[in-house]
Amino acid sequence: MFRNNYDNDSVTFSPQGRIFQVEYASEAVKQGSVVVGIVSKTHSVLAAIKRNAEELSSYQKKIITIDSHYGIALAGLASDARVLSNFMKQQSLASRLTYDRAIPLSEITSRIADRAQTNTQQYGRRPYGVGLLIAGVDAKGPHLFEFQPSGVTQEMIACGIGARSQMARTYLERHLDDFAACGREDLIKHALRALKESLSQDKELTVDNTSVGVAGIGENFVHYEGQDIAQWLDATFENREEDDSSSDDAMETDS
Amino acid sequence: MNHLPQAWGRPRDEVYGAYDHSHFQNAGPNQHTQQPIVTGTSVIAAKFKDGVVIAADNLASYGSLARFTDVKRLRKFNSEVVVGFGGDVSDMQYLDRLLNSLDIRENYSSTDTPLNAKNLHTYLAKVMYKRRSDFNPLWNHLLIAGLDGESKPFLASADLLGTTFSAPTLATGFGAHLAQPILRRTLPDEASVANVNKEDAVKLIKECMKVLFYRDARSLDKYSIAIITKEGVELKENEKLENQSWAFAETIRGYGTQVN
Amino acid sequence: MSALFSLAPPQGGPGYSFNQTPTTAPSGERQHGFYPYADNGGSTLGISGADFTILAGDTRSTNGYSINTRYAPKLFKIGGEGPDNKGARIVLSVVGFAADGEALKERLDTIVKMYKYQHGKPMSVSACAQRLSHILYNKRFFPYYVHAILGGLDEEGKGALYSYDPVGSYEREQCRAAGAAASLIMPFLDNQVNFKNQYIPGSGTGHELKAREAQPLPQPHVEDLVRDAFTSAVERHIEVGDGLQMMIITAQGIQETFTPLKQD
Repeated sequence: MFRNNYDNDSVTFSPQGRIFQVEYASEAVKQGSVVVGIVSKTHSVLAAIKRNAEELSSYQKKIITIDSHYGIALAGLASDARVLSNFMKQQSLASRLTYDRAIPLSEITSRIADRAQTNTQQYGRRPYGVGLLIAGVDAKGPHLFEFQPSGVTQEMIACGIGARSQMARTYLERHLDDFAACGREDLIKHALRALKESLSQDKELTVDNTSVGVAGIGENFVHYEGQDIAQWLDATFENREEDDSSSDDAMETDS
Repeated sequence: MNHLPQAWGRPRDEVYGAYDHSHFQNAGPNQHTQQPIVTGTSVIAAKFKDGVVIAADNLASYGSLARFTDVKRLRKFNSEVVVGFGGDVSDMQYLDRLLNSLDIRENYSSTDTPLNAKNLHTYLAKVMYKRRSDFNPLWNHLLIAGLDGESKPFLASADLLGTTFSAPTLATGFGAHLAQPILRRTLPDEASVANVNKEDAVKLIKECMKVLFYRDARSLDKYSIAIITKEGVELKENEKLENQSWAFAETIRGYGTQVN
Repeated sequence: MSALFSLAPPQGGPGYSFNQTPTTAPSGERQHGFYPYADNGGSTLGISGADFTILAGDTRSTNGYSINTRYAPKLFKIGGEGPDNKGARIVLSVVGFAADGEALKERLDTIVKMYKYQHGKPMSVSACAQRLSHILYNKRFFPYYVHAILGGLDEEGKGALYSYDPVGSYEREQCRAAGAAASLIMPFLDNQVNFKNQYIPGSGTGHELKAREAQPLPQPHVEDLVRDAFTSAVERHIEVGDGLQMMIITAQGIQETFTPLKQD
C-alpha cells in the first residue's frame, strides 16, 4: 500500500515542495465550525457558530476577547487557540504597560504569525491546528486579519474559515462592495447572513449556537451571546417564522 | 626621573603623600554608578494651547568646571516628541542610543503609528524604574515634551528613581527652584494652558533661561530650545541669551565685600 | 569620583613610587551613594460604611520642599475594562514613594485583569486584598515603600477596607489614614468614626461611664468627615494640599469627585 514518506514531521519537504504536516493542520481548521468576520470603515465584526458535542453539553467557545480593543474568533483545535490567545493577552498587556499603547492589530498578528512559523521549521514541533480571525480597532481604525496554521496572515475585508465556509465566502464575495459603507447594525446582519449560508439545511441560527463580537471606532470590542443577540437574529431573519410554516421554497432559494 | 614607567605622569608620593589605592581597586565587587560625573543642569518646559516649549542650555559641567560648552541636551525623537536631559551626560548618551534603537525597531515593525510623547514617557519611566530597582540608576532627570495620542500638548517627567509626574510647567534641577515659580505665575493650572499662545510661551521660557543663567553657576548663555506643535518640531540648538542686564547685581547686599 | 577611572597599574606589581605604598584596598566597605527611595509626601484615607467605601487622597506630589505637581492622583481603579478601568469595583490608594506606588498599582491591576480573563468573573475584594499582601511580602527585602489601602464591597455588599504596611501585613478595618498626615488624621478618625473617648452623658461616673457604641455612618456624613480631615491636614502639614480626590464605591459602581484644597 502506498504510504506517504514525507508527512512524518513538519521540517521535511516532499519532492513536490509541500510540507504535509502544515497542510494537515489546515485541514484541522476545516473541521472547526464556521466563523466569519467583516470590516467596514467604522466597525469590525466577528460572528461564529458554536457547536455542542451533545444535547446535554455546553456550547464551545468560539470568540475570545483579548484586550478591550480587539478579540479573536477561532476555527479548529480550541486548545491550540487558547495557547495563542494567552500569548496574545500577555503581549497586549505588555504593550499597554510599557508604552501605554493599545497594541496595533497588525503587530499582534505578525507576532503570532512568527510563532506559528517557527512551529513549521523545527523538528519535534507541530503546527497550530487552528485558524483565527483577529478583529478590532486600533489607532489606524478597524481591522480584520486572518491567521492560518502555516503562519500566513492577511488583512481582509471579509473572511470566513471553518467547515463549509465556502458558502459564507461566496455570500461575502457577492456583497463585497456593500461592506465599506455599512454601519454597525448592517455589518452584523451581513455577518449573520453569511454565517447562515454555510449552515446545513436543517439547522438554524439560534441564541444558543451563535456568537457575535463587535468593535468600532471609539467603541470597545464587545462579545455578545445568548439573549443579547436575539434582536439581531430577529431583525436579520424576520421572515423566518413564515418560511417555516408556509413552504420550503423560500428556504431553498437561500442556499 | 623615575625609572618605573608606570609611575610616569603620576603624582609622586614624596610630594603628594600615599595614594588611596581603593580608588584603583578593580578586584572588588562590580560597582554601579554612585554619582554623576559630567552633568547637564536644568531643563525647563511649558505647555501652551497648541503644544509645548522646552529648553536646556548647551553646557556639560565636570564638577564646577565648565567642561563641554557645545552639548545638545534636547533630543528630537520624531515629529511630535522631544526629550530633554538633565543630569549625567554619559547616561544621556546611553539613553540616546536606546531611543535610536527603539526608533529603528518601530520603523521596521509593521505598524505605521509613531510612538507619541505619552508612549515614550511611559517607556522611559519604565527604563528608569527598572534601572533604579537594579541599583544601577541612569543618573538623569528627563522631561518628555510633545503631543499625546489625541494631539493635545503633553509634558511629563521621569527621574533616576523612576518617579513620574506631569504638570503644565516642569523644570529639573536648579530650575525646579528658580524657574518653576516664574513659570507657574503664567501657568498656575491646566486650565490656564488654553490662554497662552506660542509667542507667550517662548518668551516665558527664554525669560527663565535668562534667570537661570544669572543665578545658576553651572549654566551657560548658549542654549537649545524646541517648540512642538501639530506642525512638527522646531528645534534650535545654537540660541544665545539676549537682553541680559546685570543691573540687579548692583543691588545685592550681604554676599560680597561691600562695606555698606 | 575617581573610582570610575580604573586605569589601575598591574596588581601587585612594582609600585610607582620609591616609597612603600599599600597595594590592597583599605578594609571596610565604601559607602553606597545611591538611595533608591524618595518620599513624595501626601496623605490618603479610607472609611467603610454599611453599603459603601470611601477612599480619598490629596493630589500634591512633593520632593523635599519642592512641589513636583499639584495634580498626581494617589487613587487607582483596579481591574476594570481597558485602560480607563471601566466598571471596576476595587480601588487602591498608595502613598509614600510614588514610583513604587505606580509599579504596585500596575502589578495588582494586571493580576486582577488576568484573573478575570482566566476565570471569566471579577476578583472579589477579599481575594484581591490577600493577593496584594503577597505582592508586598514577596518584595520584603527590597520593599515597595508605600502604605496601601484597598477598598471595595465584600461578597455581602458591605463596605470593605483593607490597610497594609510596606511589607504586606494587612488587616480589614473601619477606617484608616496613611501617609504624611496620618498622625494628624487618624486620631480624628478614631474619635469620629469609632467614637473613641466618647461616652454617653449621665450613664454613670468613673468606670461606670458607658462608652458610645460605634456604628456604621451614613455616606453624606462620611464625605463631610473626609473633607474636614483633609482641610485640617492641609493647615498643619506642608506636604498635603492642592486637591482632594475621592472615590466612593457603592453597588452602583465608583463615583469619583475632586475638591480643590489650599495650594500654599
